[in-house]
Amino acid sequence: MDHKYQVGDKVKVQLRFPPGHIRTPEYLRGKEGVVSRYFGQYRNPEKLAYGKDGMPLCHLYWVAFPVNDVWAHQPAEERDKLLVEIYEHWLDSA
Amino acid sequence: MVTTNDPNYYQSHKGGGNGHSHDNGHDHSHEDDTVERVEHDLDYFQVRVMALITILKEKGILTTDEMRRAVEDIYAQTPAIGSRVVAKAWSDPAFRERLLENAAAACDELGIDTSSVNHLVALENTDEVHYMVVCTLCSCYPRPLLGSPPTWYKSFPYRSKAVADPRGALHDLGYEAPEGIELRVVDSTADCRYLIIPRRPKGTEGWSEEKLYNLITRDSMIGVGDALTPDEFEANRAALVE
Repeated sequence: MDHKYQVGDKVKVQLRFPPGHIRTPEYLRGKEGVVSRYFGQYRNPEKLAYGKDGMPLCHLYWVAFPVNDVWAHQPAEERDKLLVEIYEHWLDSA
Repeated sequence: MVTTNDPNYYQSHKGGGNGHSHDNGHDHSHEDDTVERVEHDLDYFQVRVMALITILKEKGILTTDEMRRAVEDIYAQTPAIGSRVVAKAWSDPAFRERLLENAAAACDELGIDTSSVNHLVALENTDEVHYMVVCTLCSCYPRPLLGSPPTWYKSFPYRSKAVADPRGALHDLGYEAPEGIELRVVDSTADCRYLIIPRRPKGTEGWSEEKLYNLITRDSMIGVGDALTPDEFEANRAALVE
């Protein structure tokens, strides 16, 4: 299946907190960013961690978040960014 | 109370030592439902590793020799491998392009096997952009190129501050991110592992790949420092000789 988002698309990380082996950092849940690269498809670590085969494969994106959009205390310079790998099933269009 | 460092202790006391005799009048068995508390000088992970080693051997999954070799292989991976890659990238513009395009294939050219990494990504620090790497979830690290991560990389203070106050985290490590530069913090959370190509120091024009290699430090390839300048390298070397 084709990946849903393209480089430059605005996305929002889903604001949910399921238990388990989740590779989406909590500090980014509910935050908006921009797709910066598409990395291809990988086995789902949320399943691999429990001895499953990790299928179906998940699309993985590099999403850029301005540091000062993520933290209320705005610790960084204006252009400073966080670049984080997020699987497609954790993203919505923003 | 028993204190022991003997790894065979648990084996040799299996089923016994539950504090009273079995000839005391009641006939139910304590063999299966009692757990003995043992005081010892081992920490949690030492006990856990000893248990794991015992099980792997008893089940015939790994021999002691295979485990020793595996540990040996882990420590054979050092940042010197990453330095080779960066020195080549600094010296050979076509290789640099290939490294940025497909890092695993470029490393293959140098005979460096990075197949344990799902997706190796090389990122270049420039006068406009500075990358630094953290893994906020655990300790993901490009081990085939840099070996095992340093203790600070795995520490909670670095892992939290690198994303919540990146310039402060760099300051804590003794490095000031250049003012006005775009700082990009890469949180290594999933399938990618990152190698930073540090800025090539000024005053190294015309240097050979072999000479450049000596300037490339581990921390510059994590992005929490710069490569050594020629002056810093000479000062380090002089200090070593003394």
